[in-house]
Amino acid sequence: MSSGSRRLTPQAVEVIDRANSVGFTFDGRSYSGHPGDSIVSALLASGVTVFSRSYKYHRPRGVLTAGFHDPGCMMQVGDEPNVRGSHRLVEDGMVVSSQNRWPSLRFDVAAANHAVGRFLTAGFYYKTFIKPQPLWPAYEKILSRFAPGGRMSADSVHGRYDHRFAHPDVVVAGGGPAGMLAALAAAEAGATVMLVEEEHALGGHLRYEPSQHKDLATIVGRVAGHPNIEVLTDSVVTGRYDDNWVAICQRNHPGVFERLIKARAKVLVVAAGLVERPYVFAGNDKPGVMLSTAVRRLINLWAVKPGERAVVLTANTTGDAAVEDLERAGVAIAAVVDGRRGHTVVRARGPKTGVKSVELADGSTVEADLVVTAVGWTAPTSLLNMAGDRPRYDPAAARFFACDLPANVLATGGITGDGTLDQLAEHAQAVGREAARRSLTTRRQWQAARPWAASPQPETDDVSPQAIPDLPRHPHPEMFRSTSHGIVDFSEDVSSKDLVAAVAEGFNSIELAKRYTTATMGPTQGKLETVNAVAVVAEAIDRTIEDVGTTVWRPPYAPITLGALGGRSHEPTRYSPMQSWHQANGAKPLVAGQWIRPDHYGDPEAEVRNVRENVGIIDVTPLGKLDLRGPDVSRLLEQVYVNRWAKLGVGGVRYGVMCAEDGVVLDDGVTGRLADDRYLMTTTSSGAGTVWEWVENWLQTEHPDWRVVVTPMTTSYASMNVAGPKVRTLLERIVEDIDLSPDAFGYMNVRQGRIAGVDCFMWRIGFTGELSYEIHVPAGYGLDVWEAILEAGADLGIGAFGVEAQRIMRLEKGHFIVGQDTDGLMQGFSAGIDWLIKLDKDDFAGKPELTWQSQRTGDVRVVALQPVDGTVVPLEASQIVDGSGAIMGRVTSSRMSPTLGRSICLGVVAENLATAGSVVTIRLPDGDLVKARVMEHHAHFDPEGTRLRG
Amino acid sequence: MLLVPCPWCGPRNASDLRYVGETSRRPDPASVTPAEWRAYLYDHANPAGPTTETWYCRGCRRFFVAERDTVTNVFTSSRPPGRQNPEEPR
Repeated sequence: MSSGSRRLTPQAVEVIDRANSVGFTFDGRSYSGHPGDSIVSALLASGVTVFSRSYKYHRPRGVLTAGFHDPGCMMQVGDEPNVRGSHRLVEDGMVVSSQNRWPSLRFDVAAANHAVGRFLTAGFYYKTFIKPQPLWPAYEKILSRFAPGGRMSADSVHGRYDHRFAHPDVVVAGGGPAGMLAALAAAEAGATVMLVEEEHALGGHLRYEPSQHKDLATIVGRVAGHPNIEVLTDSVVTGRYDDNWVAICQRNHPGVFERLIKARAKVLVVAAGLVERPYVFAGNDKPGVMLSTAVRRLINLWAVKPGERAVVLTANTTGDAAVEDLERAGVAIAAVVDGRRGHTVVRARGPKTGVKSVELADGSTVEADLVVTAVGWTAPTSLLNMAGDRPRYDPAAARFFACDLPANVLATGGITGDGTLDQLAEHAQAVGREAARRSLTTRRQWQAARPWAASPQPETDDVSPQAIPDLPRHPHPEMFRSTSHGIVDFSEDVSSKDLVAAVAEGFNSIELAKRYTTATMGPTQGKLETVNAVAVVAEAIDRTIEDVGTTVWRPPYAPITLGALGGRSHEPTRYSPMQSWHQANGAKPLVAGQWIRPDHYGDPEAEVRNVRENVGIIDVTPLGKLDLRGPDVSRLLEQVYVNRWAKLGVGGVRYGVMCAEDGVVLDDGVTGRLADDRYLMTTTSSGAGTVWEWVENWLQTEHPDWRVVVTPMTTSYASMNVAGPKVRTLLERIVEDIDLSPDAFGYMNVRQGRIAGVDCFMWRIGFTGELSYEIHVPAGYGLDVWEAILEAGADLGIGAFGVEAQRIMRLEKGHFIVGQDTDGLMQGFSAGIDWLIKLDKDDFAGKPELTWQSQRTGDVRVVALQPVDGTVVPLEASQIVDGSGAIMGRVTSSRMSPTLGRSICLGVVAENLATAGSVVTIRLPDGDLVKARVMEHHAHFDPEGTRLRG
Repeated sequence: MLLVPCPWCGPRNASDLRYVGETSRRPDPASVTPAEWRAYLYDHANPAGPTTETWYCRGCRRFFVAERDTVTNVFTSSRPPGRQNPEEPR
């Protein structure tokens, strides 16, 4: 594969830094290149011509395009798979390896596929490996060996990924001459411009045009110097979405592996240029068959001699220019085949790894190791498609053109037409000025649409629409396939023969043939192969390309990593003000939505016993808290809760359940009346956001006449629940301004006063079933008050308890948890809150559904269950089954009760099993069946509630 | 991504808002039939063309009603919700 140096003497516009060298390895061998070299140009300069094996037949592949989308040059770099070797710049110390070879690039077992290639035609995998079905795992194991792509190790560490939001007036996709001139014209007309170029430098095809070098340098200098233009190189516009939401993948932002820029462009200018189209003929995928643009890039940018003796098939001026470049580089021109005169090449012959001779249409054979083709262009209309356009084929120019663009998308450059450089410049500048005019109009409209804007900007719409001149279309012969068959899709190894076979099997439209053969579905995503695929299918079904049309280009235009799509995590983590104490005291953290809470401090069962015998304290800061003020709060409460609120007096607290309009349990919590027109509502920790929106929805859309102000207070207060038989003794030591005696401060009341010198609200409620007080203090005092309570209760045996102990105690008391013991289908009566639902209220959310539920039978019910064998703790979500094994319900909560010394559960069962005393069968995950008794009360412990009322 | 015209914040990315649904009138719970109520809950016209829908803006925490053409994704108006006109859906 290696045949000495191919580096040329210095070229006029080369981009390599010959004063310096970089060393790297490829498949274990050492090579050197210069800064500015791509991996492939450095290897090619060292004489390497084969860079990978193809996807299906594992044929050796070399350079085709010498650009980002070069299909045969995907490589593994260190831990990073699928690196574009013709684009990625080589770096000192890089460890590069080829992909798709096993065991080695030189000797590849799967290349035997090629010997059996006639069996591997379109649909081969679908037909062969589908039957017998039981053998699929065995097939899969072997086939995955041959799967394309690189590898990454499970513990590979990649750099950071990031997102950026941008609000430019104009995004220009493509930094060639047209893109640059459009950007300059737009910027000079007052628009802010983001100019995005896929390559490492601006210039497009002018970069390898030595005669244009001075002009290019001038334009690049003007772009760089313009304050309104932000240039992004090595970046690509991957998609255009609704309202010009433009996704840009930036690969060269310092410190970031890849960055996704989400730009809201007022106008998008597509100046994507043209992609040179390969020619379909036998042997067209051999290393040594290249596009004319590849040859021009290799010689002019990297000073690499692409071969020794060339046959050039040219149908346009780029091909002609390639001939000149080759001659200057000292490559012998064996033949120039002029496609404009109807001449063509038929076959490239030689060993698998290269070309030895070329058969021409006249039957002659020419010795050559390089075949250069210049047969036409594909317009990369991807972004225009995404804007709704369906490009139309022009046979005279042999390419597709856009026809119908929305007002916020413009196109210029080669994608629009041909012409002299002056004509293109005139077009690009007119497009740039028009882009600025439209974007500034949009900017003013958006600014005026902000109601808080001081005053709408003065209308300066005196700029009249810019006339955009038509670009001529140069005639070009239609050249897609020679008289022989060859590769159409180089990424997917789909040949023209495969497409013809697919049509013969009935897949006779481009969309069907595409899916059946996977043509255009590989990493190049149609940029090289779409038009050839369309042409082959059109020929096979005897229609025109215009009739067949093209497949739809969808985002992303170029590959983007999942890391860039994900960006960095913006998910906040919430801690209570007491977190430092929890950490210092051995709390095991529990992830509860956004919150990190103490699950326990070592022994949750001991924490339960301490609350039942002495006194305990738990941090309940995540409880949702809404401050409700105004004369109509009680009407709001009547509307959102199923129970009654009108008679709740100042100082009173009530438990409430909310149902959605479908009658399904939404949330629960207690709400207290602090003053005539002031209430504090608490919600479940996870439901805080939902309930806030729910309450606002009622106030804003159904009852805008009600006077209620809602303020979320969840994180403004630190909240703690102090519970246990000794709690009153404890609190009497540090609470001021509140009479804690049972007569003055009874169960289900709220008081305001001071604790440890800090203003507080205090509720007497009892989730744990013990005498307990829930204390809310301003968040900044949370830790102080927490420590003061612990200090004051030290001699009473106070201890902190965590979420697990609280869950055990609430289960002992039979309190359901919304979302755990209820689900997204469970309506109110199924939750066993019949006593709470007041169907005689005029209205409340979900009332009609609950009314109808009350009138029917057959729904499920939440019940308390006790396994007959109290040592068995069924796993939560175990099924409840009947004699035939049919599912009759499930266990929703299950724990060993330290208080009762037996297992206790809540479960959901069919109504006919919900009677107290009936015995149900629980199927454990291992298949064992155990019996459990349905209890009379949800509460397993102290069903009368004497302890909490004490 | 859609640019949604919040009447209070101006044009905002759709990710700053929550799509609530087609704007519909809540039937009178006292007289509604199950079929009517379930049509209110679950049946949506989902037209290809102009539609009236409710959005919730997480920036200003307000609900609003917008007119959008689902084919072109063009918003033609947005306004606060409420009973300005008894015939108008809320």
